[in-house]
Amino acid sequence: MPTLMQRLRAAWNGLGGTLPTVLLFLPPALLVFTIFVVLPVGEAAWYSLFRWDGFGRPTDFVGLRNYTDLFASRVFGIALKNNVLIIVVSLLVQLPLALAMALILAERIPGAPAFRMIFFLPYILAEIAAGLIWRFVYDGDYGLIASIAQFFGATAPHVLADPQYAEAAILSVIVWKYFGFHMMLYIAGLQAIDSDLYAAARVDGATRWQVLWRIKLPLLKPTLKLSVFFAILGSFQLFDLVMPMTRGGPSDSTQTMVSFLYSHGITRTRIGFGSAIGVVLFLLCVLFAVFYKRKVMRDD
Amino acid sequence: MKKLIHWAAPLAASLALTLGAGTATAQVTVKWMHIELNPNIANYYKQAVADFEAKNPGVKVQIQVLENEAYKAKLTTLLQSADKPHIIYSWGGGVLQSQVKAGVLQDIDAAMKGDWAAAMSPGAIDAFSANGRVWGAPMLMSQVGFYYNKALFAKAGVDANAIKTWEQYLAAVKKLKDAGITPIIAGGADKWPLHFYWTHLALRIGGKPAFEAAQKGEAGGFAGDTFVKAGERFKELVALQPFQNGFLASTAPQAYGQFGDGKGAMTLMGNWLYNSQKSNAADKKGLSDDAMGWFAFPSIPGGKGDPKETLGGINGWLVTKGAPKEAVDFLKFLTRPEAQREMAANGFFIPVAKGADQGMTNPFLKINAVNLAASPYHQIFYDQMLGPSVGRVVNDVSTDLAAGSTSPKEAADAIEQARKN
Repeated sequence: MPTLMQRLRAAWNGLGGTLPTVLLFLPPALLVFTIFVVLPVGEAAWYSLFRWDGFGRPTDFVGLRNYTDLFASRVFGIALKNNVLIIVVSLLVQLPLALAMALILAERIPGAPAFRMIFFLPYILAEIAAGLIWRFVYDGDYGLIASIAQFFGATAPHVLADPQYAEAAILSVIVWKYFGFHMMLYIAGLQAIDSDLYAAARVDGATRWQVLWRIKLPLLKPTLKLSVFFAILGSFQLFDLVMPMTRGGPSDSTQTMVSFLYSHGITRTRIGFGSAIGVVLFLLCVLFAVFYKRKVMRDD
Repeated sequence: MKKLIHWAAPLAASLALTLGAGTATAQVTVKWMHIELNPNIANYYKQAVADFEAKNPGVKVQIQVLENEAYKAKLTTLLQSADKPHIIYSWGGGVLQSQVKAGVLQDIDAAMKGDWAAAMSPGAIDAFSANGRVWGAPMLMSQVGFYYNKALFAKAGVDANAIKTWEQYLAAVKKLKDAGITPIIAGGADKWPLHFYWTHLALRIGGKPAFEAAQKGEAGGFAGDTFVKAGERFKELVALQPFQNGFLASTAPQAYGQFGDGKGAMTLMGNWLYNSQKSNAADKKGLSDDAMGWFAFPSIPGGKGDPKETLGGINGWLVTKGAPKEAVDFLKFLTRPEAQREMAANGFFIPVAKGADQGMTNPFLKINAVNLAASPYHQIFYDQMLGPSVGRVVNDVSTDLAAGSTSPKEAADAIEQARKN
């Protein structure tokens, strides 16, 4: 049993050890966080209460009108629906695909590193460049799809010009672009699993199926949770892939929250309205992040 | 130590020399931002700067360039920076008014009075006036109309010169369509090319009084009869499915190229199309002067608008607050009648200086210049005239009408709603 004195000394030493660290390292981080995160968010919240075209200081106070306009807007509904759709496709198509690929490519099989690289490449590509490339691929006159269709003697659809197909076209590009990133996360997680566990399972006569369900997936759970977190937050923020492909069109059918903010807030110079969209998006992201950290990632 | 002095001395000397030289040659720098990507015009601007600098020792003009859409998106922020350009490009209209209201501009009223103003058409100066003062120097104007491919019209047996009314126009579109020809090329992804249809119809149906009343919110504003009818008339055209496949994903430059390549029979565009259809065509040549024709937007029977009224722009330059007086001098130099005559003779655009169209040789620009001179009312592009907060809505609903995703009534209501906001 340590005496009271010893305990106090230990506590003091502990504090003495961390206090300089706190004093030295916290202020810069806090300052950067305040200047680049807290202040802009606060400013946006303030602007969202004004009718303001971005010139000078906002003076025309309109209360919550920007928010009532926003919730009455048909396009806001479309944007929100598209964001939800992107999340659903990310969770139901992209992540399972990434997991399947990771399970195959985490093995020591010939060619695996090359395929990992190939699947990861789209993620490295800049969003704008990827969007422009796919714009050409989808082009109904000169694009890749048009050439294939012409080869079979058919006329190619103009995918990005059709409100029915444009969103699906964007969704498939999202899956193509980001599944490699999640696959890499999973491969790293799989490779961190102690191989002794597999050896023990083999000794016990476990089937491959049992190894997958009893060892790989449970031990991959923290990685899976993290990847779901990234996928959902990334879906909320999707913008730079949409702009070069459709700019949210045709007829706003492919707007996301952020492209909606840009086209209806910034290009229309309704900065107050745009700020209101930004605030709603921010709240959605924060609520989700807090909920997810509290409920899902609690044990990690 | 000796070594240090050895190299420090010449360094200090050269430093002093550069500093001295710097102050001796350029006391004033004028920063000029333009959006011209056409190399011929951009080079002409460079030459104008060189000429001005040669005549005005001690003044340096620095050119900055942005692309059209990027410029519009950046301008609001740019104008509030301490490092803003002194001379900026402008389309006049509502954007100009909000800039004036925000106090980021400097009026050039005093400098304009006298021979500078006398050399220009009064309508053009009007377009750059607000609050009873002149805020900028107009330089060029444009007219929107139908450019058509003569070979394709002949193939379908359509006579462009016989198209005078909207009904005749619709019949021509049908005839082209029946002949297996794409009647119209449009850059729907950029939206404003489609707003030409809706706004030109509104101009023919209601004329100047309808637009002015709507701006004041009278007679139902933009939700009024004229504007609902414009949507209905536009729907008549859309119902014929006249546009090229995938027109909603086509940008304006892509559409210029498609027209230049002969993929469609006509396109409704401003006179810059003459050059743009060449530079964006696959062979960089596009349609020659003989292969292309022009006709004015048809009239609407019973419409209040005079068929001689024109739709287009009046563009020019503004001086920002805090600019040196040399900026105004340069502007005067750039927009002087001789310079405008030269630019017109080069086929760059239609000048606003009186009589500057005389030296024009381009047959298409000449037609537009004659029309503009005879026009009783020149309607500035809605998306510029009404400012971005309303103008962009006009572009959006025009595109929605063409896509069939909104009704004429909803479209007009959306614009009026934006105007009230």
